[in-house]
Amino acid sequence: MTAATETGTGVAAPAAAPAVRDAAAVARRPRPRVGKILLGALGVVLSLVWAFPVYWMLLSAVTPDARLRADTPSFLPTHFTLANFGSVLTGSGFGGALRMSLMVTLVTIVLVLAFAFLAALAISRWRFRGRTSFVLAVLFIQMLPAEGLFIAQYKMLSTVGASAPVLGLNSVLGISVLYTAMLVPFTIWMLRGFVAGIPAELEEAAMVDGLSRTKAFLRITFPLLAPGLVASGVYAFLQAWNEFTTALVILPAESRQTLPIWLRSFLSASANRGIDWGEVMAASTLIAVPVIVFFLFVQGRMTSGLVAGAVKG
Amino acid sequence: MTIATPASTIAIRRRRQPATPYLLLLPAVLILLVGLGYPVYWQVVTSLQEYGMMQQFGAPPTFAGLDNYARIFSDERLLPVVTRSLIFCLVNAFLTVAIGLGLALLMKAVHGAVRITMQVVLLLAWATPLVAAVTVFRWLFDYRAGVVNWLLVQIGLDQYQGYAWLAQPLTFFVVATLVIVWMSVPFVAMSLYAGLTQVSEEVLEAARLDGASPAQILRHILLPLVRPVLAIVLLLQIIWDLRVFAQIRLLQDAGAPISETNLLGNFIYELGIGSQDFSGAAAVSIFVLLLTVLLAAPYVRSLMKEDAA
Repeated sequence: MTAATETGTGVAAPAAAPAVRDAAAVARRPRPRVGKILLGALGVVLSLVWAFPVYWMLLSAVTPDARLRADTPSFLPTHFTLANFGSVLTGSGFGGALRMSLMVTLVTIVLVLAFAFLAALAISRWRFRGRTSFVLAVLFIQMLPAEGLFIAQYKMLSTVGASAPVLGLNSVLGISVLYTAMLVPFTIWMLRGFVAGIPAELEEAAMVDGLSRTKAFLRITFPLLAPGLVASGVYAFLQAWNEFTTALVILPAESRQTLPIWLRSFLSASANRGIDWGEVMAASTLIAVPVIVFFLFVQGRMTSGLVAGAVKG
Repeated sequence: MTIATPASTIAIRRRRQPATPYLLLLPAVLILLVGLGYPVYWQVVTSLQEYGMMQQFGAPPTFAGLDNYARIFSDERLLPVVTRSLIFCLVNAFLTVAIGLGLALLMKAVHGAVRITMQVVLLLAWATPLVAAVTVFRWLFDYRAGVVNWLLVQIGLDQYQGYAWLAQPLTFFVVATLVIVWMSVPFVAMSLYAGLTQVSEEVLEAARLDGASPAQILRHILLPLVRPVLAIVLLLQIIWDLRVFAQIRLLQDAGAPISETNLLGNFIYELGIGSQDFSGAAAVSIFVLLLTVLLAAPYVRSLMKEDAA
């Protein structure tokens, strides 16, 4: 203990306050306990603070409006009800917005995965003229903000829509194309890492063993890429499902809103008659919970997928 | 199934090599040209044209040179918006990274169970969709029945009885900052924590044996080792916070003074969609895009290094 104290103070910077030195000296034995407990308590308190908004959303969603307007809020679900969910689900708009969100998300995922996968293959398996410029362009493009582009995209789709409504404003395909363009660059980059993690020698070995190039790719490389494709698909899902800015501009018609835009209208409509926060929180919960569950579920998979991407054998 | 001999396979590959990668890139390049390339091109052209009401009704646009830029940059509304955006961006980015770093260090220091709790909670906040998060914060800060005002009154600050946070620009931005920090810290904390776990236990043990205090270990070992991650995360945060649009738009719905709370994205939206001034909106958009490219350059450079490796 004393020896440790000596070394501790000996090395400490001259400017260090005595208190800090003492703490450093004590750090040898008793401090880890007290210090760790204090830090642990801090960690727990911060966790509670960070979790509170989500907890409050869930709690308010299952509390009747009259209780929410009371002078003293209750911090536990003492007046549990599912009525808020009932009125959101039977009310106008939610079903339509859900269908719209599902369609846009699905089309986007399919397009993004297909296009990005092919491009990732090209840049990780071939060295060709223009490759570096392409990678550079992709990396810059993924940084471009939707806010710097939406006016032009709005004008473009309104012009196209005049002759081809399936691609115009308020169309599933139109907004999916924009989402795909926004998500493809990052997805190429993400998949590139996965493809590069699988040595081309594996495929070549399979070809030496008598498989055709296509078969070698489909049987050897493709299964190893599955975690990467899942991770990219989840990324595209989360982005398309949550996107607000572009959807606000490109889908002005009320009947064509995706869930985020619908939630905003729902809140505004509710504001006209004094916001029913129970219903609004139930609506928020319906949008958020699937995403949160999905995110938590795949988070582990994605990390293990990244690790498993390294080839065994 | 025909089995190609190795020799013929090599021959085929050599012959095909030049064309294949380009074909594989084609779909991605096409979608990028349609979805982003053309809009950027349109924006450049439009920002150089007179595009007023006449053009709305079909008259061909006339070339105007840099008139739109001159007009927009002398617009008295722009300077406050730019100043506000920059201050808001820097405050949020530094606050987010500072809190994220603090949480990452805390996660490194605490016990397993507490660490897992913190990670789960951070993931929870990270996963919450933007619109839901902003909506919840509107409810937390609701002037009538919001829990924040209730808590403040409970601790004796009676002036917060019925206080309308979102009606004043300053408190509006306080709420906006809280939402954005709440949402953005998880990414920063998790990235930095991942960086911290790369520091080998042996190095830390050696430092401890040599008698380094926790503060010294932090200053001389941990921080220098996570500095590259820290720099990237800060840069990304600055780029992302410069483009804040949705959070502001959603909070403005609560009755905020629009012109005093607009950031760059909101200003473009108002110019373009609101008052149909497409050339003006295009000029500001080009400004935002250039700023982004400029800021993104160091980040892209670091990624290119990874690509070369």
